[in-house]
Amino acid sequence: MSTAVTDRTDTSSATSRADEVKRLERREGWKRRLPILPALIFTILVTQIPFLFTLFYSLTNWRLDTPDPREFVGLENYGALPDDKFFRDAAWVSVQMTVMAVLFSLIVGTLLAVLLDRKFFGQGFVRTLLITPFLVMPVVAGFMWKTQMFNSTFGVINWFINLFGFESIEFATRYPLASVVVVLVWQWSPFMMLIVLAGLQGQDQSVLEAARVDGATSFGIFRQITFPQLRPFLELGTLLGAIYLIQVYDHIEVIVGGQPGAKNLPFYIAQRSIGGGNRFGLASSYSIIVVIASIIIANIGLRVLSNLLEDDS
Amino acid sequence: MALLTRAPKAEPILGQNRVVAHLLALLTWIIGLLFFFPLFWLVLNGFKDEADANASPKLFFEPTLDRFSEVTEDNQGLLSFTEAFGNSFWIVLISTTLVMALAIPAAYALAIRPMRKWRDVLFFFISTKFLPIVGAIMPIWIIARDLDLLGTRTVLVVLYTAMNLPLAVWMLRSFFAEVPKELIEAAQIDGCSLMGQIRQVILPIVAPGLAATALLCVIFAWNEFFLAVQLNPAGASTMPVWVNSQQKFQGQFLAGLSAASVLATFPVVIAGWVAQKRMIRGLAMGAIK
Repeated sequence: MSTAVTDRTDTSSATSRADEVKRLERREGWKRRLPILPALIFTILVTQIPFLFTLFYSLTNWRLDTPDPREFVGLENYGALPDDKFFRDAAWVSVQMTVMAVLFSLIVGTLLAVLLDRKFFGQGFVRTLLITPFLVMPVVAGFMWKTQMFNSTFGVINWFINLFGFESIEFATRYPLASVVVVLVWQWSPFMMLIVLAGLQGQDQSVLEAARVDGATSFGIFRQITFPQLRPFLELGTLLGAIYLIQVYDHIEVIVGGQPGAKNLPFYIAQRSIGGGNRFGLASSYSIIVVIASIIIANIGLRVLSNLLEDDS
Repeated sequence: MALLTRAPKAEPILGQNRVVAHLLALLTWIIGLLFFFPLFWLVLNGFKDEADANASPKLFFEPTLDRFSEVTEDNQGLLSFTEAFGNSFWIVLISTTLVMALAIPAAYALAIRPMRKWRDVLFFFISTKFLPIVGAIMPIWIIARDLDLLGTRTVLVVLYTAMNLPLAVWMLRSFFAEVPKELIEAAQIDGCSLMGQIRQVILPIVAPGLAATALLCVIFAWNEFFLAVQLNPAGASTMPVWVNSQQKFQGQFLAGLSAASVLATFPVVIAGWVAQKRMIRGLAMGAIK
């Protein structure tokens, strides 16, 4: 793609230079779009086309475990969803898990960011400690919390509880959903912290200084200046967090496995289709519901992002 | 104790009182250590005997490297450590290379030579990230089965490339956007070829950003479990699947599983530590700029 631009021009005048650049750009025309095509085509092929297949499957009664032919059943799968207890449970778990995990990581992450946004001895080291959970493989995170923190005999948390004279609790079986959420918050707070930290550090110091000179209290400054400036960052964290957390699978597989109580829609979809359930038609209709939910979140989120990009340009 | 060096410019949000500052520093330290504790405990358990690990929590014990040699030498199961590590290494390496090869031209075109509707294109890339993988997993499974790709490394390479591509375009665009337009225009008018512009003007500025982006792709691909276990659960699979297979149905396995987890986790954790500053900046900038 080496378009040699050999034209020489009079560089003395700024206007003629700008004209020249414009002319060159126009001449290059659609060539400028060419570099995007490979990525665009690859993305469409691998992520968008399969989705259309899912949409098609969801209108059929396709099962892989019976030789019955695949029949078109229209919206029958969707019509059955409101009465499908498994679907309702999984959808409710999805909602609770996503909302709790996003909300708590956002709160914890913001507090951590505020604490880290000040100079103190070992600041860099503590920041390293705090971002580490985000780097940990989710399978390992789930496993180590389950067997070494939550476990009723070997778990550190129960060891503490015993110190105070209380009975051990097998958290992962007694409170499966809460257990998964705790591990998710442990992994995602660092991510939220990073985003909020970026917001805090991008503040205009002269504005803060002016407020201080005018006698504003620290809390007043936070409420009236810092928080409004942080808002887009908090919204962004919510959006990105929600998109990843609605899809959680690994933690559930490791912490609660096949037990009921914490199976979200993605887990249930995989179980009922490729995970041995073989009910491709029905599971596809679940998938489409998850996709619609994501699109709603994304639409709200994209509006926020688009505001951010407007501000930038 | 925490020595408070006064902030040169950034005034902290919470009080300016010295005692309060010391207490807050202490609190931050405590929280940091608490966040790290589960990992510390994991490493500790990796060095224990099974008997020590499968007991009430013990801080003091006689450390041993036996668990590490056991889990790395064991090849009873479907997937041995050597296989899993090799598979992960190649899958991550090839998919990250592909991501960068596809994302760099796209991000370059979006950032440096903005076209009309560039925002729409960018949003399309991000929006593919909003499509949950379960929305596509069944057709992907069927297609992979029909192409005889189930249980191969190829299927994971393709999917990890698709998984990381939107994020990479998104982050890289922000790094390319930082290159001053005047520099490029000047080079253009001086008759510098496109390759020349890229090599001499753009690359030196964006190199740290490229590294951070690639590293983030490596981390996500290395840690991915759902696709690996669904599409490739046996011999050609990756480290997360291997770790998961160390949970045995009988006998004691806690110390061995801990050792396996340490081996699987620490390559990317250490890489993340080394590159944290750039990565933090890349994530934040990619999001905001």
